[in-house]
Amino acid sequence: MNQRIALLPRLALLLLLAALPARAKETVKLAFIGPLTGGNSAIGLGGRNSADLAVKLRNADPKAKYTYELVVLDDECKPDTGVQVATKAGADKSIVAGITHYCSVVAMATVDTFHRLALPTIVWGAVLPDITYGHSYKEIHRVNGTMINQNETAAKLMLKQGFRRWVVIHDTTDYGKGHNKFFTQFVTAGGGQILGTFGVTADQQDFTAELTQAKALNPEVIYFGGLTPIGVRIRAQMDKLGINAQFQGTSGIVSDDFIKGLGPLAEGVVAFREGAPAEKLPGGKFFLEKYAEQKYANPPEAYGPFAYAAAALLMDIIEKVGPDRKKVLAALGEVKGKDSIVGAITFDDHGQNTVAAITAYVVQDGKWVVWEDSEYATGKRKLKGR
Amino acid sequence: MDLLAQYVMNGVMLGLMYALVAIGFTLFFGVLNVIQFAHGDVLTAGAFAGLASYAVVVQAGVASPLPQLVTVALAATLSMAVLGAVLGRVLVLPLKAAPALNVLLATLMGGTALRESIRLFYPGGSQPQRFPTLLPTSSWSLGRFALRLDNLLMLAAGAVLVVALSLVLQRTRLGLAIRAVAQDEETARTMGIDFRRVVLLTFAIGSALAAFAGVMNGLYYAEVNFGSGLLLGVIGFSAAVLGGLGSFSGALLGGFLFAALQTVGAVALPFASAYKDVFAFGAVILLMTWKPTGLIGEQLSERV
Repeated sequence: MNQRIALLPRLALLLLLAALPARAKETVKLAFIGPLTGGNSAIGLGGRNSADLAVKLRNADPKAKYTYELVVLDDECKPDTGVQVATKAGADKSIVAGITHYCSVVAMATVDTFHRLALPTIVWGAVLPDITYGHSYKEIHRVNGTMINQNETAAKLMLKQGFRRWVVIHDTTDYGKGHNKFFTQFVTAGGGQILGTFGVTADQQDFTAELTQAKALNPEVIYFGGLTPIGVRIRAQMDKLGINAQFQGTSGIVSDDFIKGLGPLAEGVVAFREGAPAEKLPGGKFFLEKYAEQKYANPPEAYGPFAYAAAALLMDIIEKVGPDRKKVLAALGEVKGKDSIVGAITFDDHGQNTVAAITAYVVQDGKWVVWEDSEYATGKRKLKGR
Repeated sequence: MDLLAQYVMNGVMLGLMYALVAIGFTLFFGVLNVIQFAHGDVLTAGAFAGLASYAVVVQAGVASPLPQLVTVALAATLSMAVLGAVLGRVLVLPLKAAPALNVLLATLMGGTALRESIRLFYPGGSQPQRFPTLLPTSSWSLGRFALRLDNLLMLAAGAVLVVALSLVLQRTRLGLAIRAVAQDEETARTMGIDFRRVVLLTFAIGSALAAFAGVMNGLYYAEVNFGSGLLLGVIGFSAAVLGGLGSFSGALLGGFLFAALQTVGAVALPFASAYKDVFAFGAVILLMTWKPTGLIGEQLSERV
């Protein structure tokens, strides 16, 4: 008698344990790779937080079939570190897909690694065209635009403002060289003149030699193809040498750190970037509200919405086809007109999202302001030499 | 002509900064036969110490640039003098009997730790920091040459410092003690010179010099970042070896020569100024092959 009664709790426990696995969701891992330290860390952290936001919101959804976990890896904006963490992510079979890279030079370096280890990835911030167009690997996709569109728009706008003479300073990574190539192409096609081109290293400190030569050429605009740290130095040293030209940059300098590093010298600097500011995106308001709720230490910065969209897209696909790399890869190949906070995503045959929007920015009173909304566009304030 | 003047000015400013770092290396090598590879990072730490003291002084309500400048310079040099003495006491003196390579490695690692500490612990340390404009910004345009008052002031201050240091070394008892220890440690000790005191003072002086160079660097570029010391350390060391490790005038010559090589490389090479460092270092290698003990000095650089 006693033994039978004692058996009952044990049976109940056994039944409970048997029932649990049927209720517990499988954990699916996604890798996030970006520059979390170094000169571009602000953008990397913004991207990480945004991807994290997407994962948190999905995990809070009771209808989700899986629990998602974001594996965060720092590529330090260095190619060798990037390949290391890419190998780590690709070799880990529990990671189903990756949201990868802001620095173009790193994204170029890891393309082969992701293909070799068969990890489907979506780039969230790197703009070098060759990342999707320079090969025929099926694994690499991208939600943000490329620098081809960016430089075409940039050339058009600056020519329309009446500028005709440029000096180009670019960093010698693929990023800077790509910008140089496309901008030169579009400006000369539009009737402008490139008076001189100078290549500088990505961690260079002193630009007085290059800028003195540039000053001798008497340009109206100095075009800079590179990232924030040396953008700050070049603009500051331009002032030291008394160069009174307009400073024009690319997506690499559209960051708060650029303005912080220059103070009043940043006023009137023009730059161009793929996509649109978060507030102007279709899902922008929703994204910014949810982001603020999480109280992250860093803002989403320029490419946060793209990281969010990439993560959300991957999770949507995994919900449909399951946590299988091959199935996810096949599904990525069929993404057409998929709705997201950055607008409709369509991957072309190279995995590139056919996004056409490019936004022009100008620094006004210590903030990056969309060109069309600025006092420079209305004529109330003037660019240098206008 | 005006363009040439601008290039010369750029080169001279760079040369002064390299020379100040090179003098530090040469002092350390002369006195203790050590290569203090944390020297470049002490320069950066000095610049950041200056920057931090600027923030404090502004908070305290001091608005005029002159007292701000004096505070920044004093804070940087004094704190780095202390840091230099600490480095000497902790990293170098204990390893005196060890192979010279060990000391080099120890200071190299110390320098890396210092650099990473700045990056991690200074607020926003991984980003370039805006250095305040503390010198008058008036400049005269002579054609395409911008003659700036702040550059002239920094040049003058640097020259005064170099001359003062040279006088200290040649005319004072401390200088005599330093030169005695550099020449022959055993005999100097026998003569009653406090070896440890001389070493620590030399480290303090050399590091204070680095801090001054760091503040100058910050004022010149209106910016400091945690990595500035790395390349400056390598260039300063190369300049010191080029001029002759252990020779004061050699360090000066090496510093200005390297800056001249860089400027010539940037201007003369048609394809890309990105190769100016390659050109400058390449030229240094050739010069060293021709004169292994340096252009002026007699010390051997076999330890490197």
